[in-house]
Order: sequence, then structure tokens, then C-alpha cells
Amino acid sequence: MPLITYREAVRHALAEEIERDRNVVVMGEEVAQFNGAYKVTEGLLARFGPDRVVDTPISEAGFIGMGIGASMLGIRPVMELMFWSFYSVAFDQILNNAANVRYMSGGQIHCPIVIRGPANGGTNVGATHSHTPENVLANHPGVKVVVPATAYDAKGLLKSAIRDNDPVFFLENTMLYGEKGEVPTEEYLIPLGLADVKRQGTDLTIVTYGRSVLHSLAAAAVLEKEHDLSVEVVDLRSIRPLDIDTVLTSVAKTHRVLIVEEQKPFASVGAQLTYMIQREAFDELDGPIHRVTTVDAPAIYSPPVETEQLPNPQRVLKAALELVAGTE
Amino acid sequence: MSKKSTASAEKKAESAPAATDYSRVAVNSRLSREEKIELHRKMVRIRRFEERSLRAYQAKKIGGFLHLYIGQEAVAVGCCSLMGPNDHVITAYRDHGHAIAVGMDLNPLMAELYGKATGCSKGKGGSMHYFDPSRNFWGGHGIVGGQIPLGVGLAYGIKYKGLKGAAMAFMGDGAVNQGAVHEAYNLAALWKLPVVFVIENNGYSMGTSQARSSAGELAKRAEGYDMPWGQCNGHDLYEVRACMDKYLTLAREKHQPSTVEIDTYRYRGHSVADPDNTYRSKQEIEEYRRTKDPIQVFQQELLAEGVLDEATIEKIDAQARAEADTAADFAEASPFPTTDDIQKDVYWEADNPAERKSKGRLFFD
Repeated sequence: MPLITYREAVRHALAEEIERDRNVVVMGEEVAQFNGAYKVTEGLLARFGPDRVVDTPISEAGFIGMGIGASMLGIRPVMELMFWSFYSVAFDQILNNAANVRYMSGGQIHCPIVIRGPANGGTNVGATHSHTPENVLANHPGVKVVVPATAYDAKGLLKSAIRDNDPVFFLENTMLYGEKGEVPTEEYLIPLGLADVKRQGTDLTIVTYGRSVLHSLAAAAVLEKEHDLSVEVVDLRSIRPLDIDTVLTSVAKTHRVLIVEEQKPFASVGAQLTYMIQREAFDELDGPIHRVTTVDAPAIYSPPVETEQLPNPQRVLKAALELVAGTE
Repeated sequence: MSKKSTASAEKKAESAPAATDYSRVAVNSRLSREEKIELHRKMVRIRRFEERSLRAYQAKKIGGFLHLYIGQEAVAVGCCSLMGPNDHVITAYRDHGHAIAVGMDLNPLMAELYGKATGCSKGKGGSMHYFDPSRNFWGGHGIVGGQIPLGVGLAYGIKYKGLKGAAMAFMGDGAVNQGAVHEAYNLAALWKLPVVFVIENNGYSMGTSQARSSAGELAKRAEGYDMPWGQCNGHDLYEVRACMDKYLTLAREKHQPSTVEIDTYRYRGHSVADPDNTYRSKQEIEEYRRTKDPIQVFQQELLAEGVLDEATIEKIDAQARAEADTAADFAEASPFPTTDDIQKDVYWEADNPAERKSKGRLFFD
């Protein structure tokens, strides 16, 4: 299988879907002539022309709202937010209009729109550009939220997202764009709402998603090698719909749970997971669920300190060892 | 009348040319007798529906807000009467008039107000959220100005599909100060999208007069985006049609967006929760009712044309009252949605399980 970057995997998914369905239009700031702020859409304008790959002004409320309106008429816009952090200026469009219009119309309308872009810290761009809003988005019934960690997952999930008839918010990661992974040349789809066990283990379950999957896998390797601990890493891939069954199966196997997420702790995705695990698998747990989150403050600029504010392999390792020590 | 006193309104009065007879404009002169009566009937049906819904509200049959369209009937009826098969409409929360104007039946509209399962949105949307995509009516939106980018999206869809049509994106005069409206203006003008932005200027954004909320002339802001703009008298249905026909044609034929400000007036408060005793005088309202009522104005016109007679007018009114009463009876007799219905119509996939592709839980407890 060819080894390609996460960035290329997203690009290939876009290209294949533009080619497959005349209604798919890629839009966003700098996606066409500039070839993408993060080069995700590089070459798409040259290949598909300005009707299918469209540069927008810096006007998120306007163009995201426009995409939602167009989707009501059957267009399938794939809108790029240069950073998901900019969702705040289009909040009303995303979470009042896209999320609610089906419900408020009694099911007469649906919005087959995808909004995608990076949502992560770690690039020293400060608090305004480092938001991870998957919990905020997923708090709105009517929307779907996907956070892929690998090139393979990004491609298969994005193709499914574009074909989905509900609004799908697809959260990528600038720190992952250059990460390579094996991606088959033949077409494949990954259904939304299906978790993936990225590493099998028996002593501890780490539930995670996005870039934190990589940190967790790195920590798991050390835990096995240096501490003789067998760690299972469950990558959620999709936040809503949520594959809680795969999580519960793993919990029943390991009886210990560590959640690792690049979220602020208050009302995070992990908080929701913790509720569900204790509610549905209380007797399987040997001890309290622990979690590693972003340290609870706005994203700090200072480069070496930001690394410590975010989940990283060392923080995961430390938390895992504390958890195991507390349940022995 | 002290509702608005913009410079241009005064200027217009000074240099008023010979008044145009809008009945002779092609879009009106070609109307058949039956079509004219139908336009009149639609306005009367809106008014009687609104009056009946107010009574239902006072009888506590309706919850939440109720933003009545009484006084503005000629705007929605005039604009929507020009719709072709590829024309689309979206509006804000004062949406009953548009819903009736595009042809929705009164029964599901009233049932929606009553929160019943037979409502046009199954009792899930309420007064502010009427929809009927089968009639190219895309709501009914609650956030001031938030629907305007969606309207531009409708225009984008029309153009992308190569259809000859236009979107009408309605807003109140209060919406012009929202950022989303200006972003929508820019996109429409930049990309030549077939949309007419319609400002229904009733003079008050809730309880704040135009003079206290908006700098400059409202429609003129379109100039900043190189869009043509117009203003017309929304108390005269013929004038509304004449004006809108021009801008809809520009949109359909040349993908030229525009902004049209239609001068109108609401007789009731912003919503029924507005006691309407702080920001305008009873005399002002009375003056509008007496001299500018859109139904009376058009009725007089049709009487003069010999299209209507007193007996027909009375019959239309009696029918409209009966229809509104029937709608209220229908709403009253209809069942409420059940708690099982709460989680339906949230996800397309959940409502179409046979075609569901995703896995996992969509709903949480």
C-alpha cells in the first residue's frame, strides 16, 4: 500500500468525491488559487476548475451560511474553515441553522454539508487559533462530528462524510497533516460512528481520538517495554455518532480506563465518556476513570510550555502509571 | 405620521413626479380578473388568520411568541405572487404572511401554533419556524438576519444548477445592522447570485425606531456592494409587484442581486408580548389604518376597476373568517406530538434507518 500523508489523504478524498458527484463543491478561504492555507487542496483548482473549487472571502458567517442554504437545495458543499477556531464567527449559521433546520421543519429539510478544517493546539498560535470545539459541536443534536487521527481514517471517513445527508463537522489537525500512513489505492469508505482499536491490550484501556491517539500509542509502547503493561488504545474516530460499544468491550477486558483528549476539561468529550462508562460498565471498573486533557487555561503561546499544556506521551505515561498504581 | 423621516423620503415628496399608475404596469395590467381577486383574497386570509391566531393566543392555546403580520399583507402577497417554479423564499420569524402567500394551507399553519402533530413542522417549530420546501419556502427563521446567508445559498444553488430563478431573502428593518446580512450582500454581489434582499421596513426593530437604530438609508447600503437598490410603498400591492418584478427579472435574467426596501407598517406589537405603549402613539397606528391599510387600498382599487363589488368583498371576508375558524377547530381537534416524537426529525439517517450508513449512537441520555 502506498504511504501518503494525512494531507494527501484528505485531498484524495476531496478529489474522488468531486469527480464522483457533480453536486460536490469545495469552498473556503484560499482553497483554490492559493492551493490551500495548509496545502490540503493543492492542485484541485487546476484539476477541477473554479466552479468546483471556490475561493471565498474571509467571511465565515456569510459563506458557511451560504453553503448551508445551498445544501438545502441539494448541493453538497465541503466548506473549509482555515481553522476550526473560526467557527465562533459562524456559530449561528453552524449551530442554529445547520443543526436545527431539519428539526424545526419537522423533517422536511436536510443539510448535506461538510465543514472541515484543522482544530488543534501545538503550533504556537495562541488562544484564538487553538480551539478544539468537538464537544461544543457534538452538544448539538442534528450534527455529526468526526476527528480522524490517521491518513487512512481521514480519507475513508471524509468520503463517508461527504455522502452523508446530515451536516458533518470534520476536525483535522495541522500537526497531523505531514504524518504518513498506508492508504490503499482502491476506493474504500469508513462508516462514521465506528471506533478502531489501534492497539490491543489487556491491562489498561486508553480511550482517545485525534492527535492524542499518536501520543497514546507512543506511551503504550513505553508502558509495555519498560513497565510490562499491556495497553489497549481505542480510537473513537467519530464523536457523534459515538461507538460506545467498542469502548465498553475494551473496558470489560482491561477494567481500567484512561481518557486522553486535547480538550479543556470542563464538559469535555471525556466527561461525556466518563458518564457513559460508569453508567453502563460500573461493575467492570477496578477504580476511578482518569483522564489527560489540555491544562485548563487558554492556549499559551510560549512554545516549550504549550507542549506541556497539551497531552503528550510523557503526560499520558505518567497518568497511566498513576492509574495502574491506584488499582493494584 | 412620524414613523420615519429619512432625507430621501422628504426629497421624494418635494420633487414627486406625476404619480405612476401601477395598475397599468405590465406585470399588473396582464392580471386577469380572477387573479386580482385571488390577490385580494390572500391578503384577507392572512389578516383573518392572524386575528384568529391572536384570539387563540389570548385563550392560551398557543405558547411562546406570536409575531403578527397584520398591516404588512401586501408585501408578502405582492412579492410571492411573482414566484415562478425556480424562485425561492426565505424569511425571518414574522413568517405567517409569507407561508400563506406561497400557498400553504391554514390548517397545518394553525395546528403548528397550537403545537400539534398535524402542524406544518409537526409541532416542532412553532410560529417562527414555518417551512414548506414543496412550495420553495425555506422558513421561518428565529435569529434576526441569520436567514440571509441561507437565502444567498438558495441563490447559489439556483445558479449552480443552471436554473432560471431567483431567491427572495426577506428581513425586517432591524436586520440590516447584523453582520451576517452584510456578509451575505458581499457574497451575492461578488459572485453575481440571483437574489433579491427584501427589507420589510415597518419602522421599528422591536421597540426601537429606525431613527434610533440605523444610520443612513437602509436600502442604500447596497451601493457599497455595487448592487442596485430600490424602495417602494408596501401599502400598495400593485406597486410592490411592479417594483419587485423589476428586481426579480434582473436576478433571473442577469444574475444581478439587489436590495429592495418596502415601506410597510405593523398594527400590532413586535410580538403579542409587546404591550405597544412605549415607542409609538395610538394616533400613529390609527393614521396608518385609516389611510394606508393595504387591504383597503387594494379593495378600493379593485372596486374602482369594477373587479370587486361589495357583495364579493363580504363573501371573501366571510370565507376567510370561516377558513380561519375551521383551521382553529382543526388545530384544537388535532393530537399533540408524543414524547416519542421528540427525537424524530433530528437526523436524516435516524429517520431513514434502512439507508443508514453510520454506526454508533446518535442520541444520548
